[in-house]
Amino acid sequence: MNKTNKKESKLVRNLLILLSIIFLFIMLVMPLVVVLSEALQKGFKLYIDAIQDKYTMKALLLTVEATVFAVIVNTVFGLFAAWSITKYHFKRKRLLTVLIDIPFAISPIIAGLVFILTFGRIGWAKEILDFLDMKIVFAVPGIILGTIFVTFPFISREIIPVLQAQGNDQEEAAAIMGASAFRIFRKVTFPQIKWAFLYGIVLCTARAMGEFGAVSVLSGHLRGKTVTLPLQVEILYSEFNFTAAFAVSSVLVILAIIILIIRNIIEHQMKKAGGNYVRKAS
Amino acid sequence: MKRSRRKQVIPGFGISMGVTLTLLSLIVLIPMASLVINASGVGFSTFWETVTDKRVLSGYYVSLLCSFTAAVVNAVFGVILAWVLVRYDFPFKRFIDGLIELPFALPTAVAGIALTNLYSDKGMIGQFLDQIGIKVAYTRIGIIIAMIFIGIPFVVRTIQPVLEDLDSQYEEAANVLGASKAKIFFRIIFPEIRPALLTGFGLAFARALGEYGSVVFIAGNMPFKTEIAPLLIMGKLEQFDYHGANAIALVMLAFAFLILFAINSLQIHYSKFTKQ
Amino acid sequence: MYVKLHNIEKSFGDFKASDHINFEIEKGKLVALLGPSGSGKTTILRMLAGLEYPDSGDIFIDGVRVNDLEASKRGIGFVFQNYALFRYMTVYDNIAFGLEIQKKSKKECKERVEELLELIGLKGMGHRYPHQLSGGQKQRVAFARALAPNPHLLLLDEPFAAIDAKVRQELRSWLKETINKVGITSIFVTHDQDEAIEVADEIIITNHGRIEQIGTPLEIYRNPTTLFTAQFIGESILLEDYGRLKGFEQEVRAAKAVIRPEFVKVTKRGEQLQFPNSVEEGVVEKLSFRGSHIEMQINVKGIQLVATRSLEENPVNLGEKVDVLIYRLFVYNGITASVVENMAIQDNAPIYI
Repeated sequence: MNKTNKKESKLVRNLLILLSIIFLFIMLVMPLVVVLSEALQKGFKLYIDAIQDKYTMKALLLTVEATVFAVIVNTVFGLFAAWSITKYHFKRKRLLTVLIDIPFAISPIIAGLVFILTFGRIGWAKEILDFLDMKIVFAVPGIILGTIFVTFPFISREIIPVLQAQGNDQEEAAAIMGASAFRIFRKVTFPQIKWAFLYGIVLCTARAMGEFGAVSVLSGHLRGKTVTLPLQVEILYSEFNFTAAFAVSSVLVILAIIILIIRNIIEHQMKKAGGNYVRKAS
Repeated sequence: MKRSRRKQVIPGFGISMGVTLTLLSLIVLIPMASLVINASGVGFSTFWETVTDKRVLSGYYVSLLCSFTAAVVNAVFGVILAWVLVRYDFPFKRFIDGLIELPFALPTAVAGIALTNLYSDKGMIGQFLDQIGIKVAYTRIGIIIAMIFIGIPFVVRTIQPVLEDLDSQYEEAANVLGASKAKIFFRIIFPEIRPALLTGFGLAFARALGEYGSVVFIAGNMPFKTEIAPLLIMGKLEQFDYHGANAIALVMLAFAFLILFAINSLQIHYSKFTKQ
Repeated sequence: MYVKLHNIEKSFGDFKASDHINFEIEKGKLVALLGPSGSGKTTILRMLAGLEYPDSGDIFIDGVRVNDLEASKRGIGFVFQNYALFRYMTVYDNIAFGLEIQKKSKKECKERVEELLELIGLKGMGHRYPHQLSGGQKQRVAFARALAPNPHLLLLDEPFAAIDAKVRQELRSWLKETINKVGITSIFVTHDQDEAIEVADEIIITNHGRIEQIGTPLEIYRNPTTLFTAQFIGESILLEDYGRLKGFEQEVRAAKAVIRPEFVKVTKRGEQLQFPNSVEEGVVEKLSFRGSHIEMQINVKGIQLVATRSLEENPVNLGEKVDVLIYRLFVYNGITASVVENMAIQDNAPIYI
């Protein structure tokens, strides 16, 4: 490849690199710069005040709560679904994978809408909820459900390709010797997917933390009760309290950057583990 | 056949499938079914009236036009970015590679207000564009910019692995035969990355079509001009017109699945050539 | 009979993987399932193991019908083609895995693992991970892991396919010796005829999902009963009208014959002939050096024959006229194959193989 590279005209190469860097700078770097500069525009004290605002802190807690729930439910689902799809033979396997991917393909607004139509005023499950004296729409459970819905396939999607690439020989070998499903999973399968699994958790966390559309539909925007951090940003922004909106945003930016760094570390680990496997298999 | 239920070699089929299907039904399938249950309660004429309302039609048009344009721009820059990141070495390459994923990690609302600020007529970029008479914020260009932002990683990340795995022998062979650089790219490399490019394009298109958070701030939301379909659903919900929201959502879903289906078919067609 | 397959049928969609499979295996035998890829040999092995289930027919192991028995209850050991060693466990833990499931005590496990490590010649390497082993070593660990829980039947799927040619030779004789030492009934799948002939006590030849022939390596080599076997084992050439050759009669017009290089004796003009009346005149058309011998292509009455010549003998030249004696042919009459000796030498011919 180096040989072809050298022959390639320097001009094209430099032009393409320059073009890429300009594109990324304008599209990705500038928005980050704007968030930080606007947040600090009126001084550091105001910035700290905006972040320590009572409602912002409550929003942060709710965001953490929804994210934790989403990660837990999707971890359980992701592990079971990935294991079911890759380790067993059954009919309609393709249909199942398509169904799992639905939340990935639809608008978050529609994701919110389906819960309104199920549990809201005209929802068919409304009576059940009334009977149980429960509230989902315009309440915390709705926020959590919406967040789980939009991040639903994130973990299984990362694990399935890894399991497919490795085949089932090791699991079959263990099954022939009489190992239980749990033992096979714990001793044989899980060590191979741990990086992909972590990667899925990171992606799920990022998306859950930043979810806006679905949560926006289900929240009802009750300050201090059903407002997550991204919704708090929206409220502050629509009140023309730009400095505070950007200050809260900067917290999310920092979280996003931390997630990106973790993501890159995990990807590096996966490449190391994956490369090792490819070499051994050949 | 005596056995209707096939035996599994690896134990635990019942419980694994049970947990998978239960969670899938509770969280995705049953709520999704509400879309259909509710829609069937409304007469067809009401449904048709809602989804063919002029303002609604314009919403679909703006959504489809902007997300398609954004996906095309992303396809072009996605190929360039993937190419540069795979084929060239330059300072801060790993940093730039990591940055591509930012739109996945950054909450869309934050991206939305940042882009709005950046492109408003007093913003860091907007003020220069304003001088030459281009308005971005609160126009369709703004919507497209936001959609480019959220879609770019889809294209880059689907093409990158294909370019990495591409056997350089083809290029070397073409090189030896005296083909020009452009010819090598369009005749040899492009067909190889086409299936991945289509996937990336489809994902970016579908994502842009449904996007709400990053678009809603920069769009300005003027009926017939910059009002996107997800916003129409939101508007109906705010007026507690659940049936209207439901109808628009069903049409949107149909569009999204049509796009994915079309991309899938094209991909199957092209992957016949790349599989050996 | 220890293992018995009765009327096994198995399809994958439209593909018939097993078509009326019947065979029996004696206790303690080392048996090869030999056939080209796609001939259904691996499917048979996987059905025996319980990794696939037949559509119909019965499988018996040690007198018990195991069709409805799970893989883990059949008392078999299985060695996978790519070893399928547990990547994240040490060699020791790999071998001990099956013992732990049987709830053996720590002490018993340790003793058994050490015994097996000794058997496979990897003593002191128990702490290594699979990726720190060579291909041959991995194969041995896979073998030990399968043997650890004391199975009654050992199944091996292409045990030598993923190993370098040099190590393979060594591993073949090691495996044969070790299996004999352990005394376990074993079945292995291979597409390599040399491997089957060298290692197995008995060979089952499969083709298109059917069994072509069953027999000892020598029987199969000497008396192929089908055209496929005659061509698949050894080097061979197919002849359409062999009736033109001296000493042979083509009784059925549609009959075909298979000839191997070792059935052809080439003598230089002037050298002493054993059966001067039954030799044909041939012309040397091609010579190729094969390392240990020379391979000759000889034209006899328009029929291209292949024969070999030792480097110790007087060399022949291109275009040279030589005397060619054909000892025997495998003749296939459309139903079965049989050996036909040259009529002129039938009475007092020594057997050359």
